[in-house]
Amino acid sequence: MAKFEKANSVNEWLDQRLAVETLKRVLSTEYWIPKDINFLWAMGMVLAATFGVLLISGIFLLMYYKPDANLAFDSVNYVIMSEVGYGWLWRHIHGVGASVVFLIIYIHMFTGIYYGSYKKGRELIWLSGMLLFVAFSAEAFSGYMLPWGQMSYWAGMVITNLFSGGSLEAYGLVEWIRGDYVPGDAFLTRFFMLHVLLIPLVIIGLIVLHFGSLRIPHVNNQEGAEIDFEEAAELYKAGKKKESKVIPFNPVFLSKDVFVMGVYFILFFYLVFYHFNFAMDPVNFDPADGLMTPAHIYPEWYFLWSYEILRPFPKDPGLIAFGIAQAALFFLPFIDRSPNVAPAHKRGLFFVWFWVLIVDMIVLTVLGKLPPEGIFNTLGTVAAVIFLLLGPALIVITKFEKKL
Amino acid sequence: MGKDVQGRRDFMGMALGGFTALGGLGALYAMKRSWDPLPSVKAAGFTTIDLSAAQENVLNIEKWRGKPIFVLKKTKDMKPDDRDIVIGSDRFHVSIGLCTHLGCIPAYLPDKRKFLCACHGGEFDTSGHQIFGPPPSPLEIPPFKIEGTKLVLGEAGPEFQKMLDAGLTV
Repeated sequence: MAKFEKANSVNEWLDQRLAVETLKRVLSTEYWIPKDINFLWAMGMVLAATFGVLLISGIFLLMYYKPDANLAFDSVNYVIMSEVGYGWLWRHIHGVGASVVFLIIYIHMFTGIYYGSYKKGRELIWLSGMLLFVAFSAEAFSGYMLPWGQMSYWAGMVITNLFSGGSLEAYGLVEWIRGDYVPGDAFLTRFFMLHVLLIPLVIIGLIVLHFGSLRIPHVNNQEGAEIDFEEAAELYKAGKKKESKVIPFNPVFLSKDVFVMGVYFILFFYLVFYHFNFAMDPVNFDPADGLMTPAHIYPEWYFLWSYEILRPFPKDPGLIAFGIAQAALFFLPFIDRSPNVAPAHKRGLFFVWFWVLIVDMIVLTVLGKLPPEGIFNTLGTVAAVIFLLLGPALIVITKFEKKL
Repeated sequence: MGKDVQGRRDFMGMALGGFTALGGLGALYAMKRSWDPLPSVKAAGFTTIDLSAAQENVLNIEKWRGKPIFVLKKTKDMKPDDRDIVIGSDRFHVSIGLCTHLGCIPAYLPDKRKFLCACHGGEFDTSGHQIFGPPPSPLEIPPFKIEGTKLVLGEAGPEFQKMLDAGLTV
């Protein structure tokens, strides 16, 4: 047993036993953030806060939700929506939050791409972030099954069928995933487990890894400048705050974050209270029916771009294109051959590449929602091919990029 | 002595590692089996349908293993096909009503005499052959056995076996 002195305050008592002062210093008051940033740098904490809101609203939904193919639909649409006091509030927060969290994830990702925040030394930030994107996608999909409406059932049918691997016809695997010939009770209960326990645990672990991977390379800045963090920190601690290029995470950076979060949550709760319908597909208010496909099946808006890459091709090439599109962004740190860490507008053709990527993904998203007919088919094929060509194009563009 | 201790530690490490790996494999197998379809789900796999009351060019949808089954009595002017089920002088198209692209249920358009899948625009003719869009193969035929004017789904009769051997379905 180590020797303990008498503590004079609660803080001191805790510090003796948990080293809270050291923890506070390392994790917040002496975790340095560059000054040269803008509001886009607040998206990480906005995401963390949104995840918190999803977790809390989810806990309350979990109190009344019944994971059973016969009871699920009514437990959501009758019990939670009509009987539980403020049950509608948790559901609308949860639904709107699930949709908005993807908007912020996309902004967060494209900020990283624009400023080159995935380059040498920061690869793990990008990779852990992409794993988080995959985990959030799985979380969104499994959650979408739970109300057991028509869209839940048919989205479950279509997505699990992807695992048959096209001409491989691995229906055994599909039936194994479902635990039945078609999505049924076994399917619903296992996706319930995934949604409320396994995937959230994975997400929390990945968030810790994502934060941890930031620690050594530090957050990027608007110019991609290399900063001597130790020197800048000494300046700041010596009181020369003006001359120093950095600020501490807490309380200085966090106060900026909280301001952006404030603006964000005004928008968020405006949507929750006045515009929640965009996150509540009307087709999903019909109970699941295995003998009737809805006229149009489309995913939520955040999956439309990848859905549209699947659609214009024949089955096998479509699946391959889809697979490539899902995995392609993971490789960004390795297919960008330029050593420049700089904002896109200083990187010549990369700037054009960036905006072609954004416009193409928006076009794919819009087309994904339109019926697969006539001119839309042609446009969809063109947009999907452009998306696939953007990968090789990036290698060539960055290979010949002038060193800054 | 020091070397000895190292040797004993190595042995302990390997023994522990070996048993852990064995237990891990066993646990993985148990986990895999827990995800398998239940015996009750597998057992409830037979459905009998009566074809005597079917009308020409009207699609009936039956249910087998949770999947929709298309039953279409062909009119005389529809092209006969090796995939048809022949009972007396009547020809029937019977198939699993799930698009072979990604499993949506195609709708039957009696005027145009074809199936149209709303999900990705795939089309099938009245024999279940794909005629447009992404579907890679014809609509599948469920295992069936003819008993008079009745059809038992889930059991493979000689007529089904013939189709299977000829590669007309999977």
